[in-house]
Amino acid sequence: MRVPAKTAKKTPTRSLSKSREVLCKSAKEESGGEIWNLRLYVAGQTPKSILAFSNLKNLCEEHLKGKYNIEVIDLIKNPQLAKGDQILAIPTLVRKLPIPIRKIIGDLSDTERVLVGLDLKATK
Amino acid sequence: MVDNGRMVRQDRTLLPKSATGIQGLDEITGGGLPKGRPTLVCGAAGCGKTLLAMEFLIRGALDYNEPGVFMAFEENAEELSKNVASLGFDLVELSKKKKIVVDYVYIERSEIEETGEYDLEGLFIRLDHAITSVDAKRVVIDTIEALFSGLPNPNILRAELRRLFRWLKEKGVTAIITGERGDGTLTRHALEEYVADCVIMLDHRVTDQISTRRLRIIKYRGSTHGTNEYPFLIDESGFSVLPITSVGLDHKATDERVPTGIPRLDVMLDGKGYYRGSSILVSGTAGTGKTSLAMHLTDESCRRGERCLYLASEESANQIIRNAKSIGINLAPWVKKSLLHFHVARPTYSGLEMHLVTVNKLIKEFQPTIVVIDPLTGLTNIGTVVEVKAMIMRLIDLLKSNHITTLCTSLTHGGHDLQQTEIAVTSLMDTWLLLRDIEYNGERTRGLYVLKSRGMAHSNQIREFLITNKGIDLTDVYVGQGMVLTGAARKVQEMKEKAEAAVRREELERVKRELERKRLIMEAKINAIRSEYESAEEQLLASLKEQEMKEKTLAADSTVIAGMRKADTSANK
Repeated sequence: MRVPAKTAKKTPTRSLSKSREVLCKSAKEESGGEIWNLRLYVAGQTPKSILAFSNLKNLCEEHLKGKYNIEVIDLIKNPQLAKGDQILAIPTLVRKLPIPIRKIIGDLSDTERVLVGLDLKATK
Repeated sequence: MVDNGRMVRQDRTLLPKSATGIQGLDEITGGGLPKGRPTLVCGAAGCGKTLLAMEFLIRGALDYNEPGVFMAFEENAEELSKNVASLGFDLVELSKKKKIVVDYVYIERSEIEETGEYDLEGLFIRLDHAITSVDAKRVVIDTIEALFSGLPNPNILRAELRRLFRWLKEKGVTAIITGERGDGTLTRHALEEYVADCVIMLDHRVTDQISTRRLRIIKYRGSTHGTNEYPFLIDESGFSVLPITSVGLDHKATDERVPTGIPRLDVMLDGKGYYRGSSILVSGTAGTGKTSLAMHLTDESCRRGERCLYLASEESANQIIRNAKSIGINLAPWVKKSLLHFHVARPTYSGLEMHLVTVNKLIKEFQPTIVVIDPLTGLTNIGTVVEVKAMIMRLIDLLKSNHITTLCTSLTHGGHDLQQTEIAVTSLMDTWLLLRDIEYNGERTRGLYVLKSRGMAHSNQIREFLITNKGIDLTDVYVGQGMVLTGAARKVQEMKEKAEAAVRREELERVKRELERKRLIMEAKINAIRSEYESAEEQLLASLKEQEMKEKTLAADSTVIAGMRKADTSANK
C-alpha cells in the first residue's frame, strides 16, 4: 500500500487529497475543439482510484492535449454529490462535456474501451 | 443457565424483532421482521412487494418513530408517492419531515462502459449518506436485481452484494430487499444466497377467475413462524394479512346467554336462549323463514344495545329492512344508531380468502358481538367443498375467538336428506335449528326442530313455526293418535277433538243424572217401605197396648167380681 502512495505523491496526489481540484490545461483557443469536461468520482485514496487517475491523465495528455478539464470528486468527503450524477461504481469517469453524458466505470486500464466510451477515435 | 443439559431460554437471547405495523404480519412472524438483519421479499410481478416494503417503512416512521430509507431502482420518488397515495400514505409529507428518504438510483446499461476493475462503493456511500441524513433504522432496497441488468460484470456485482448485506448488518438497520421471482429459484439472480435470514414470498394466484393474494414465510432463522400460506389483501388502508394459525381452538366458554328474540324458542333452549359466543346454524329449504329468525336475533340484540354485523350475500340491505318490516321488526333505527351494520357482497365478488380477510377487518373495525351470515351456503359457488369447509372452519374459529355469537343460515335443497347440509359444517355449529316444511292435506306449514344444542337441555319436540305480521310465533303441534299435524289440519283436528270431548262430557253428565235419579228412586222406595213399616209398627204397638189394657182391666174386673162374689172364701171357713 505504501508504494502507490509514494508514487502518487509526485504529482496527482495533491489533487486527490484535496476535495475539489481542477487541473486545468490551457483553456479554449486550440483547434476549434470544445473543452472536454471530465469528472472522476473516487472514494478516498484507494489503489483503484489512484490508478484510474493516472490512467486518465495519460490518456488525456495523449488524445486531448490542451482541451480538457479533469475534476476529481471524493465522495467520502461529499457523499451527496453521488446522487446528482447517479454514481454507483467507483471509480467512475463522467464526461460532462461534450454532451451526451457518458459514464465509464473502472480503473480505466482498458484504454481501448475508454476511448470507445469517451467517443474518441483511437489514434494509431 | 444450564439445566439438565439444555439451555434455559432467557429473554435476552431471543431474537429481537422489528414490528412491521402491518395488520396480521406481526402475528405470523411472532413479532415482526428480524431486527438489524435483511429480509428478502420475493414474488412475481405485481404481487405487492414494493407496497409491502413501503408500508413497513412508513409504519416504522409513523408508529414506531424509526425513520427509513427507500432505495429505489425502478421508480423515482414522484411515481412512488403516487403509488402509495392510493394506500393512504403521504410520502411527500414524510419526506419533508425527514422521516423517510427516497433515493432513486438510475442505471442505464447503454451509457456505461466498463474499463477495468471497480467496486460499488458509490452505492454504499449513497446509502450511508441517506441513512445518516435521517438516522434511519429501516431500509428498503427495491429492487437490487436491477443492477444485474445495468452492470456488465456479474462477478463483481455478486461480491459487492455480499459486502452490501454484511455492511447492512453491521449498520444495524432492519432491511427489506425485494426481488422478482425466477424460474425455479426464489429470485431471478439468486439473492436468497445472500439474504438468508428471513425470506417472505408473495403470490398472486387466479383460480376459476377469482384471484387471491397469498403470503408465505419460507424461512425465518432464529424464530418460530407460521408456515402456511396466508391470504392478504391490499386496500385503501394498506396491507392486511389474516393470520389463520393464531386462530386456534382455545377460546373461552362462557355461561352467559343471548335471548333469541322469540320467547317460545328461548324456552325450547333450556329457558334462556343461545350461549354467548356460540355458533348457530339455521337450516331449511327455501322460504322456511331462516332470515326471519335471524332478524329476530338482530332486533333483540340491538335493542339491548349490542352491535350486530349482518353479512348478506343475496339481498340488499334495504330489501332486508323492508322484509323485516313485514313481520313487524323495524331494523332501520338500529342502522341509524350504528348498532347494526350491513355488509352486502355477492360471494363471487372475491375469493374465499378475501372474504375471510374482509370479515376480519370488519370485526376489528366495527367490534360486533353478534354476526349474522345469511346465507352461508352462498359460499359454495366459489370453491370446492373441501376448500369451502376449511374456510368456514376458519371463519367460525375467528368469530369464536372474538366471543361473537354467530348465526348462519343454510339453504338445503329439498331433494337431500334434511339432516345433511350441503357443506357438511354441522359439526362446527353448537346449535342447529332445522326448519322443515310439512305438507299435508293440501297445505304447507313449517315446523321448527332444535336438532342439537351443545351444552344445554333442549326440547326435542317439533313446534309449528308461524310467521305473522307481528313476528314469529311458535305453537304446539297436534301430536296424537300417531300423527303430527300442523296448520289448518291441526285446527280441524283440534276442533274434532273438542267436539268429541264435548260429546263425552255430555254423555258423562247424562249418566250422572241417570244415577242420581236412580238414587232418588231408591230413596223414595226406602222411604215408602219405612213408612209402611212404621205404620205397621204403630199398629202393632197400639194393639199391644190395647191388649195390655184389656188384660189389666180383665184382671181388675176379675178381682172386683171376686170381691163381689164374696170371694173371701177364706172367711167362710
